[in-house]
Amino acid sequence: MLRIPCPWCGVRDEVEYRFGGESHLERPAPDAADAHWADYLFNRDNPSGVHHERWCHSYGCGQWFNLARDTVTHQIIAVYRMGEPKPAAGEDG
Amino acid sequence: MRGYSFPALVRHALTGHRRWPPAWRSPEPKKSYDVVIVGAGGHGLATAYYLARNHGVTDVAVLDKGWLGGGNSGRNTQVTRSNYFWPQSAAFYDRSLKLYERLGQELNFNVMLSQRGILTLAHSRHELEGLRRWTNAILINGIDSELLTPDEIKREVPLINLDARFPIVGGFIQRRGGLSRHDAVVWGYARAASALGVDIVQRCEVTGFDIEDGRVRGVQTRRGAIAAGRVCLAVAGHTSVLAARAGFRVPITSMALQAMVTEPLEPCLGTVVLSPVIHSYVAQSDRGELVFGGGADVYTSYAQRGALPVLEDNVAALLELFPAFSRLKLMRQWAGIVDITPDTTPIMGRTPVKGLYLNGGWGTGGYKAIPAGGETMAHTIVNDQAHPLIADFSLERFARGALIDEGAAAGVAH
Repeated sequence: MLRIPCPWCGVRDEVEYRFGGESHLERPAPDAADAHWADYLFNRDNPSGVHHERWCHSYGCGQWFNLARDTVTHQIIAVYRMGEPKPAAGEDG
Repeated sequence: MRGYSFPALVRHALTGHRRWPPAWRSPEPKKSYDVVIVGAGGHGLATAYYLARNHGVTDVAVLDKGWLGGGNSGRNTQVTRSNYFWPQSAAFYDRSLKLYERLGQELNFNVMLSQRGILTLAHSRHELEGLRRWTNAILINGIDSELLTPDEIKREVPLINLDARFPIVGGFIQRRGGLSRHDAVVWGYARAASALGVDIVQRCEVTGFDIEDGRVRGVQTRRGAIAAGRVCLAVAGHTSVLAARAGFRVPITSMALQAMVTEPLEPCLGTVVLSPVIHSYVAQSDRGELVFGGGADVYTSYAQRGALPVLEDNVAALLELFPAFSRLKLMRQWAGIVDITPDTTPIMGRTPVKGLYLNGGWGTGGYKAIPAGGETMAHTIVNDQAHPLIADFSLERFARGALIDEGAAAGVAH
């Protein structure tokens, strides 16, 4: 069971949250090539290790935020708000 | 390879079964192979077997970072079926089921195929309409499928609770579907491939690829470099990791899929029962244990364990369908890392790297596909062109928008 620290509500169990997939995806320009669009729509980093991802506190405040989480150990490394850049490696949320 | 037979069993009984030879060789890896397959699970070993048997390509190595069949091949719940919606999936999975139907004979290894049927339930009028459409599609695809009324379901599965919180209003059954023994499938392919000259090298992790001018020349492993004419990835949940090492991206998210078994009990459940809406499926194994599970833990994970909330959901759904199971003890629970694609259809065929082929993206349903997956990959590797059955499963389908959306059409896939 993940215990996820919501930036607004504090630490809550994973059942209160919804996973929103990889964060920091940038929508291509409307006239971008098909390959570029396909990469944006479908391809994902899906790393074995630190993953930067979006979560929504759906059964709490309803706010979206970002986590840096290790996908092997499930350790949460950093919590940061939408729109903020990826934290540097080793930085604490 | 000495075949397994009744006389052999009698002969070895005389020496107390102490002199059975190993089922496969465990050679040191050579410096070079025509084909290197990464991943000694069902798909990798089947690919190696069909390369040797159907195409005469025997200079093949199957490398695995752990032990043979130790990933999803040993963690799935053994369901074999071909009740898919789209014609491409139906043709492929039914080919696989047909290969399963004679696999024990072919491999001289009893895979314990038991075609006890797989029953899919509907819990609302609208869902039943959906199942009707699905059943018709299956029939049009030339595959057996049969709608059942609640009374007929009760006759098939006497312990089921038709008046569950979401009442059961109907369902359909594919009688050719059922179970087989997953370890036997892996061991059978390993033994047959090894006998045909394939080297199976365990505890030999692939850490990188040698790529020159866009063509793969070999792999780097924990036991040194191995040159290869062609390389095939069959690594399930780790497809993205290996693809990244080879320099390309894939539309895959890896998640943990749990399953669990109860203590064994007398025969009480004659078919596989599956409910797409409440995300639950259950079957009784030959040992008497109830094997069941549901949906994946919905976040990226490479940890081979599942979290408690999903386990609780699985148990709650099962007990609503079968209140009689409430007194049973759970014996084991585990998880495998499944590679889920946006349309829940696999990704098979060529990759942006020449000579590197991909057999992955099986998500929660790769076990049933092992024989056809191996057969079509072997063809694809030898001809450098996708086998007709998997031509539509290519990595390029995403850029073309030619998705085969079984997730939407057929609900939960197991």
